Amino acid sequence: MADRRLMQGNEACAEGAIAAGVRFFAGYPITPSTEIAESMAKLLPKYGGTFVQMEDEIASMGAILGASLAGAKVMDATSGPGFSLKQELIGYAAVAEIPCVLVNVQRVGPSTGQPTAPSQGDVMQVRWGTHGDHPMIALSPWSVRETFDLTVMAVNYAERFRTPVILLMDEIVGHLRENVTLPTAEEIAIYPRRKPTKTRAEGYEPFAPEADLVPNVADFGNGYHVHVTGLIHDETGFPVGSPKVTQESIHRLHQKINRAGNEIIHTEEYFMEDADFAVVSFGGTARTVYEAVSEARELGYKVGMLRLVTIWPFADEAIARLAAKVKAITVAELNYGQIINEVQRAAGGVCPVEFCGKYDMRTFEPPEILDAIKKMCEGGGAN
Amino acid sequence: MSEILRSYEKYFRRNRLPHLWCPGCGNGIAMKAIVQAIEKNPEFNQDNTVIVSGIGCSSRASGYMDFDTLHTAHGRAIPFATGVKLANPKLNVIVITGDGDCTAIGGNHFIHGCRRNIDLTVVLFNNNIYGMTGGQASPMTPTGKKATTAPYGSVDRTFDACSLAQAAGATYVARSTAFHVNHLTDMIAGGFNNKGFSFIEALVQCPTAYGRRNKMGAPAEMLKWMRDNAVMKAAWDKLPDEKKTPEKFPIGLLYETNAVDYDTAYESVIELAGGK
Ligand SMILES: Cc1ncc(C[n+]2csc(CCOP(=O)(O)OP(=O)(O)O)c2C)c(N)n1
Repeated sequence: MADRRLMQGNEACAEGAIAAGVRFFAGYPITPSTEIAESMAKLLPKYGGTFVQMEDEIASMGAILGASLAGAKVMDATSGPGFSLKQELIGYAAVAEIPCVLVNVQRVGPSTGQPTAPSQGDVMQVRWGTHGDHPMIALSPWSVRETFDLTVMAVNYAERFRTPVILLMDEIVGHLRENVTLPTAEEIAIYPRRKPTKTRAEGYEPFAPEADLVPNVADFGNGYHVHVTGLIHDETGFPVGSPKVTQESIHRLHQKINRAGNEIIHTEEYFMEDADFAVVSFGGTARTVYEAVSEARELGYKVGMLRLVTIWPFADEAIARLAAKVKAITVAELNYGQIINEVQRAAGGVCPVEFCGKYDMRTFEPPEILDAIKKMCEGGGAN
Repeated sequence: MSEILRSYEKYFRRNRLPHLWCPGCGNGIAMKAIVQAIEKNPEFNQDNTVIVSGIGCSSRASGYMDFDTLHTAHGRAIPFATGVKLANPKLNVIVITGDGDCTAIGGNHFIHGCRRNIDLTVVLFNNNIYGMTGGQASPMTPTGKKATTAPYGSVDRTFDACSLAQAAGATYVARSTAFHVNHLTDMIAGGFNNKGFSFIEALVQCPTAYGRRNKMGAPAEMLKWMRDNAVMKAAWDKLPDEKKTPEKFPIGLLYETNAVDYDTAYESVIELAGGK
C-alpha cells in the first residue's frame, strides 16, 4: 500500500494522468486549473514524457492531438475561457477519432466571469460546445481520490473509444485538499493504445470499425501512411462527398459510445433503500448534498441522493428508475439550471423535478440544500 | 505494358489523383518540389516523415502525398505538428500551409513555432489570396490588389512572412517561386538539413482567385512575372535602393543561424528531472 498523502484535487488529476500512462501534456495557465499543468510540468520529464506550455488553449489542443496521433497518451487542462477556445478542435478530435483527455476545472462564467470562484456552468457546453453532431463522454469527480480514479478512467475511455473525454471538475474539488491513499500501479487497469490487426498488404483501412465500432487507427511512424482529416471521411480516412458515408459515419460515431452506455455510465446512490424523495447532484456540489441528506435523515425525512459520476452520456435509465421510485426529485447544481433539463427529460413526467440552483460565486451550504429537501418532502411530491 | 514512373511519383498516392486544384494552379509545382527535396535526403523516407497541413487549397496537398499525413484545422497545422514532433522526435515533420492559414488565423502559432525553434520544416504556399474560399484578401495580398473582400483594392499593409519568421526566431528562412522550381526544391532541401524551425515561402500562382481579378494574365504570364521580379539574394543585396521597386523581391536563403532546437533543449529537462 502506498503512503497516505495530503493532496489537492488538481494534483490528484496529474497523478492519475501519469498512472494512466499519459506522457504528453500541452497547456496554458488558467485558474482554477493551473496546478494541473504545473504538476504535469514537474512529473512528466521524470517519466520521460513531455510537457509543453503553448501560446494559447487552441495550440495546446492542437499539440495534444498531434502527439496522440504520434502514439502518446495525452491530456490537457483548462477552465471556462480556455475551454471555449478549444471547441473547434474538440470536434476535430471527435470526427478524426483521436484519443485525448481534456480537463475543465469549472469557474464562474460567462466570459472572464469570476475567475477563482466555483461553478458548474459548463455542463451543457461540455456536451454541445463544438459544432455539429457528435457524442461526448464526461466524468465528474466529487473527491480528491475520485479525481485520481476518474482521470485514469477518462484516459482509458479515450483510448478504448478513440474519442475526446472530458474530466468535468469544478473549483471545489480542484482546490480541495484531502488525505488520500493512491492505488499502486498493480491495482490500476490500463487500456492500451489500439493497434492495427492487419498490414497494408492485407488491405488495412485505418478507419474501418472493429466489432465494437471503434477503428484501430495506426500511430504515425509505423509505415501505414494513414491520412487523418477533420473532413467527413470513409474507412480509408480520405474525404468523400457522399451522403451515405456522411450519414453512416456520424451515426457510427454516436453508436460506438451509445452502445457502450452500460460500461460508461456510472451513478452512485446514498440513503436510497427506503427513500421517498431524492436529490440528484454531481461534482463538488454532491458533497454538500450528502451532508444535507444525512442531516435530513436525522430529522426523519425519507430522502436519499443520486450522484451522477458520468455526466455524459446522460444516465437516462438510472433517472427513470429513480423517478419511478420516489415522489419527487430535487436537482442541486451550481448554475442557473442545466442538468435539471436532462433529469426532467429522463424522469418523463413520472414525478415532479424541482430545482435548487446557485450562481453567486459561492458553494452551497448544507442548510440551503436542507431547506430544499424540506420543501420537497413537505410538498409531498404534489406540484 | 507496365507504366514507367518518374522517380518521385512513388511519393504520391496516385489513386487520390488528379488533384482538386484549378488548371494552371501553382500548388502542384510546390508539392512536387517538396517530394523532390525528400527524395534528395537520404534520411527522409515515406515511413519516417509526416506531412501536416492546415485548411485551404494548399493544405489539400497532404492528401495526395503517400506518407502519414495530417490535414488539421484552419491555422492550426503548426501546433499539431509540434505535438507530433515532441511525442516522437524521430519523425521528420513537414508543414504545408497557405498565406491565410499561416499568417492570419495561424499567425500566433507561426511566431511561437519560430520562437521555440521546434524542428519542423514549414512550406508556405503563398498565392497572395484566400484561394479555397474564392478570393478574399489575405495578410499577404499586396496593398492595392483586388480581392472579393477588397473590391476597390486592398488598403491593408502586407506581411513579409520571411522577415516575420526571422524576427520570431526561425533558424532557416528562404524564399523561392513556382517559376524557379529547382531552386525551390533546393531551398526546401536546405530546410530539411536544419535541425530547428525552417521556413520556406514558395510563391505560387493562383490564376483563378487572384490573377484573373488583378489582370495578371494566364498562368504562364504569372510565372513570367515571378521570373522578372524575383532577384537572387546575392544580387538583391547589391541592388541600389531605387531599383528595389515594390514589385521586386529577394529569393534564396535569406537567413540562417544556429540555435538549439526545442527537442534537444527538452532532453536536458528530462535529464534534470532524473527521467529516463
Ligand atoms: C476557423 C475557420 N475559419 C474559416 C474557414 C474558411 N476557410 C477555409 S480555407 C480559408 C482560407 C484559405 O486561404 P489560404 O490559407 O491562403 O490558403 P489557399 O486556399 O489560398 O491555399 C478559409 C478562410 C475555416 N475552414 N475555418
